[in-house]
Amino acid sequence: MSAEATDIDLRPPLHMRLLKVIESMWRQPSGKAGLTLLSIHLFVAIFAGLLATHDFAVQDASAIFAKPNAEHWLGTDNLGRDVFSRTLLGGRPALITTFFGTMLALFLGGFLGILLGFVGGTIDDVAMRVVDAFLAIPWLLLLLLIIAIFGTATIVMILTLGILYAVAIIRIIRAGTLDVVAQDYITAARTRGEKNVTIVIRELLPNVLDVVLVEGAMRWSWMLLTFSALSFLGFGVTPPTPDWGLMIASSRNFMSVSIWPVIAPIVALSTLIVGLNLSADALAKALGVDRARIGG
Amino acid sequence: MKDMNDMIETRDLQIGVPLTDRSFNIVSDINLSIRRGDSIGLVGESGSGKSTIALSMMGYLGSGLEVLDGSSSFQGSSVFDLSPAKLQKLRGGQLALIPQNAGQALAPNLRIAAQLAEALELHSDISASKRRERMVELLHQVRLPDPDVILERYPHELSGGQQQRVAIAMALAGEPEALILDEPTTGLDVTTQAHILELLAQLRVERNLAMVFVSHDLGVIARVCTRVVVLYAGEIAEDGPVGDVLRNPAHPYTRGLIASIPKLSEAAIPASMEGRPPSPGSREQGCLFAPRCSYANDLCRTSKPAQTEAGQAHRVRCHHAAAIARRADLPATTRREPTKVGSPIVSLEGVQIRYDSPGLIDRLTNKPRPTPTCDGIDLTIRAGETVALVGESGSGKSTILKAISGLVPPSQGSIYGPDRLQLPPSLKNRSADQKRRIQMVFQNPDASLNPRQTVEEIIGSPLKLYENLSGRALRDRVVELLNQVRLGASYLRKLPTQMSGGEKQRIGIARAFAARPDLILCDEVTSALDVSVQAAVLRLLVDLQAQTGAALLFVSHDLAVVRAISDRVMVLYQGRMCEIGPAEDVFGEPYHPYSAMLMNAILEPDPDKAPALLADDATELSPPAQGCPFQRRCARRIGPICDTESPRNALGPKGPHDIRCHLSESDLRG
Amino acid sequence: MLKLLLKRLALAVVTIAIVVTIVFLAVEALPGDACTSFLGRAAKGNRLIMCREEFGLDQPAMPRFIEWITAALHGDLGESMARRDTVAELVGIRLRNTLLLGLSASAIGVPLAIMLGVIAGLWRDRPLDIGLSTFAIIIMTIPEFVMGTVLILIFSIWLKWLPGIVITRPTAPLSDFLGDIILPVITLAGIMTAHIMRMVRTSVIDVMNSEYIKMAQLKGVPYWKMVRRHVLPNALVPTINLIALTIAWMLGGVVVIEVVFNYPGIGRLIVDAIGDRDLPLVQGIALVLASIYVGLNLAADILTLMLNPKLRTMKGH
Repeated sequence: MSAEATDIDLRPPLHMRLLKVIESMWRQPSGKAGLTLLSIHLFVAIFAGLLATHDFAVQDASAIFAKPNAEHWLGTDNLGRDVFSRTLLGGRPALITTFFGTMLALFLGGFLGILLGFVGGTIDDVAMRVVDAFLAIPWLLLLLLIIAIFGTATIVMILTLGILYAVAIIRIIRAGTLDVVAQDYITAARTRGEKNVTIVIRELLPNVLDVVLVEGAMRWSWMLLTFSALSFLGFGVTPPTPDWGLMIASSRNFMSVSIWPVIAPIVALSTLIVGLNLSADALAKALGVDRARIGG
Repeated sequence: MKDMNDMIETRDLQIGVPLTDRSFNIVSDINLSIRRGDSIGLVGESGSGKSTIALSMMGYLGSGLEVLDGSSSFQGSSVFDLSPAKLQKLRGGQLALIPQNAGQALAPNLRIAAQLAEALELHSDISASKRRERMVELLHQVRLPDPDVILERYPHELSGGQQQRVAIAMALAGEPEALILDEPTTGLDVTTQAHILELLAQLRVERNLAMVFVSHDLGVIARVCTRVVVLYAGEIAEDGPVGDVLRNPAHPYTRGLIASIPKLSEAAIPASMEGRPPSPGSREQGCLFAPRCSYANDLCRTSKPAQTEAGQAHRVRCHHAAAIARRADLPATTRREPTKVGSPIVSLEGVQIRYDSPGLIDRLTNKPRPTPTCDGIDLTIRAGETVALVGESGSGKSTILKAISGLVPPSQGSIYGPDRLQLPPSLKNRSADQKRRIQMVFQNPDASLNPRQTVEEIIGSPLKLYENLSGRALRDRVVELLNQVRLGASYLRKLPTQMSGGEKQRIGIARAFAARPDLILCDEVTSALDVSVQAAVLRLLVDLQAQTGAALLFVSHDLAVVRAISDRVMVLYQGRMCEIGPAEDVFGEPYHPYSAMLMNAILEPDPDKAPALLADDATELSPPAQGCPFQRRCARRIGPICDTESPRNALGPKGPHDIRCHLSESDLRG
Repeated sequence: MLKLLLKRLALAVVTIAIVVTIVFLAVEALPGDACTSFLGRAAKGNRLIMCREEFGLDQPAMPRFIEWITAALHGDLGESMARRDTVAELVGIRLRNTLLLGLSASAIGVPLAIMLGVIAGLWRDRPLDIGLSTFAIIIMTIPEFVMGTVLILIFSIWLKWLPGIVITRPTAPLSDFLGDIILPVITLAGIMTAHIMRMVRTSVIDVMNSEYIKMAQLKGVPYWKMVRRHVLPNALVPTINLIALTIAWMLGGVVVIEVVFNYPGIGRLIVDAIGDRDLPLVQGIALVLASIYVGLNLAADILTLMLNPKLRTMKGH
């Protein structure tokens, strides 16, 4: 073999691998649909300010329940606010809160799950008992309780949702870690005397990462569902900030008068969640993760 | 010309996956006819298609597979054309299957009685009230004691041997005329295997059954079959009477296969076959074996050989069969050079290992602790020598490896390193150098390499850790090791998923030798490999050992492999030592009663050598609390002394050969 | 086996105890107390003192906790701050209503889901399975409140077949609710069915791929007999736990559905209670719901134990 660069890392660099994964996701029909929907939503959420035609809070008493027209592309709601603009902006609170909540859940749950799976022993036993007891408590109850006490500020929501979902993720990541730890190459690294940190980062993590990513994608969509349910119940953002859950809640009482203020956020929310789910499915297939085994 | 005695017949059978422009064949050109009383063995390595052919005789095809050509018939009617009702009547009735893994093939939710009753209901005329009687009778026929107890059990409560016998009883319930046996003894202990095979041989003779026996083990086939069919890459390479084929193999593959089986009578590493079988569906122009054949020429590579006669009812598919038959030489084996043995590098004294950890409640209630998994282990390993640990499942051999490597600290006794310095029992207390000196190679090639790392990273890990190599120096050393394991620099960037089992084991070996250890622990390293690959890996291990002077502690259940490469052998039963000594001594008289049982149960690929069954195949759940570990099954038990006192060396004070038995040396020889 | 049951029972009791303690502590962790929350800006002076006296908040935490527990064990969960009735009365009636909803949905949803799941699993990847699975996935991804709202839109507003929002009094006899629960039950049952159906389908597919099913085929067992005797018992028993969990999950989903349909059940009560900052009421509901949740899990555990031969015959655990 002729002399090559002394670069030891022969695997393709990270961004190449990322592109490969996305490419393989795109090849599946579910992936195409999912990624398209997701991209549209992300684009809209980011540029909503530029795309909106009206200020979301401005009320126009003369144009209540207007049908879609040239002035208001999707009509107006019960306070005369422009439905189109509110719908464009209505995804932001949900996306921001759930994105950071998922990140928190993934890092916290992933870290603890890997730690417990790797270390095992009494710590693992005790920790899993606590997790089981925690999961035995009806989650909605807990959520509502926390909201009752601490209020609905964004940071509270992120922390609450993040920690709650982290506990659920711990189990799954731990299970994935246990599978890997049972393999002989981990034993080989241990008997070699590699430092534990080295084993976790070099041997364990690359094999668990897939599970973590797929879990993350699935949890994000569930968190979105939870968040929108909470905001529907009135425990989300405070009006007049537009949020799809809240918009559906406030406009559904007037469905018989005008369906547009209800239909628009419903379509927006549904397409986002479907897009996210389809993407998560395609990601699982692209990475070769068996969702049925991890309870997805 | 149809012979009315033909029970099972396949004609030009071709099975595969149909694709648009071409077909992806799993098996092709299969022509077999089996009569009543015949017992044919389908032998081949993984991927040879033997199971596919056998199951197709019952009209069963794996998912995605179709019959692309030819037919398979039972008593004249094509099985693939039968109506579902007729097929159901046939299966389990006249033609029954004995599955590979009975534990998984029996329904987990039904008691044995229910499952046997189902077979009787479907395939016999016995009235419901008489069924119980018949079930007990069936269990007697398969030599299961306490049938009433067994009938009330669930499959998971039975041992492997018991499960297999139940499966046989279930097959017999329909009064079959022919049996398909899909590797029925794979995974069972050597002694259990011998018993089950003896049972099957008797049944065949008693009932004049036709049998189709699938196996990768020529020793098993030699014991039970009258004819053997050797399969390679989905085609019949050779078939004929079992004595003929095994003593005068005509096809180069058969010759290679037989030559690669280690024999108990020879302390030599068998010859190996290079290369691997073609992947299914590859369009080879000529003979499928040509790439690996040492006799191949251009004719072989361009045209497919037809089947020719090589003797009485003995067919072979080779261009040069006649010429090869005249050459009497079989591929050469390698005798092992006697090793120059150095000073002790690892010693175990009085080592006891436990797996149980009493919980709080158990401690409070003073619950008696279960018997330790291993006890009383004394072993010294010297530089450069190969010591084998032999035993069946439950013998504790893997546990001892774990103790030496520091994964499971002994509960009593000590482990010493070189210069009589005590080795800390637990891994975390050992120094880097202590860890470096002891390396391990694992059984399962798929699990022993990190699927996300390249070969370079895998072999590079110990080099980085112990020698702090990096960059060009690291790369060069890795290439050096790859050359030593005969793989070469082209493997640097490969991932484990791109390599075969044999290649992965070589990488595992390279990784172990990379650290320049004093001792390498080999945990059943060839058990998961095909026989033809096994020999090459063994040879590699031995060569590397000779080059580097490392010692090997070789754990295996395969006595013939152990005979091929070991200097000294320790026989274990239920975690206790039975016998230890130089290989020739252990493999010759006198024997510990357990060793005698093991040696005699071995199946050689020679139909004239039948195993002797010296004890029944009861499985023990745990070792006895005191006394000799073999007390419950020993055919030569003297009396209460065997139950209470641990036996000492029957051959006198510490010589090289130590047999732990209460019998005297002359009794053992007699 | 008895030992196992007792262990599970003990675990269940401990879990409820933990929940109860957490709930109590959470409320104690508030800056201020239940009265300051409830009264909000009016929390000062005499009103505050009177409120505290009435609800015993002038006593220290520990004796209050013990008092509450002992009272709860007798069925007295205290008094609601926002409403005139005792917590027990309020919870009692609403629980009854929710049970009507929940049990009807389960009675329809679970058998339907099992049937559809088995069908989808047996005819995997054929048109029927693809249709059912797609339908299930759609239902699982759409939020419950969206589904409920859309159903109201279609069946109540456009078609005018069914009542949309419930206006029946909470304390009305159960029979009055029968017309009202049709749409909520459809929503709830629909979601449950989608989830359970997928789980059953996966389990059936796993079993169909097993060695013992292959053996049953090669033993000559006719197809439907094989399904009945070999496939169903092995496929369904592992799903019992999951089914129980789904029903228990429903305790969360029912909250949203009751709000959508304005159904006077325990779910809507807790939402109102939180909105009112009526913490004694919240505490009482939390206790009741937690007990139901834990009880369901316990029942599922016991059922699985009894039906799984492997677990039954394991010596010790």
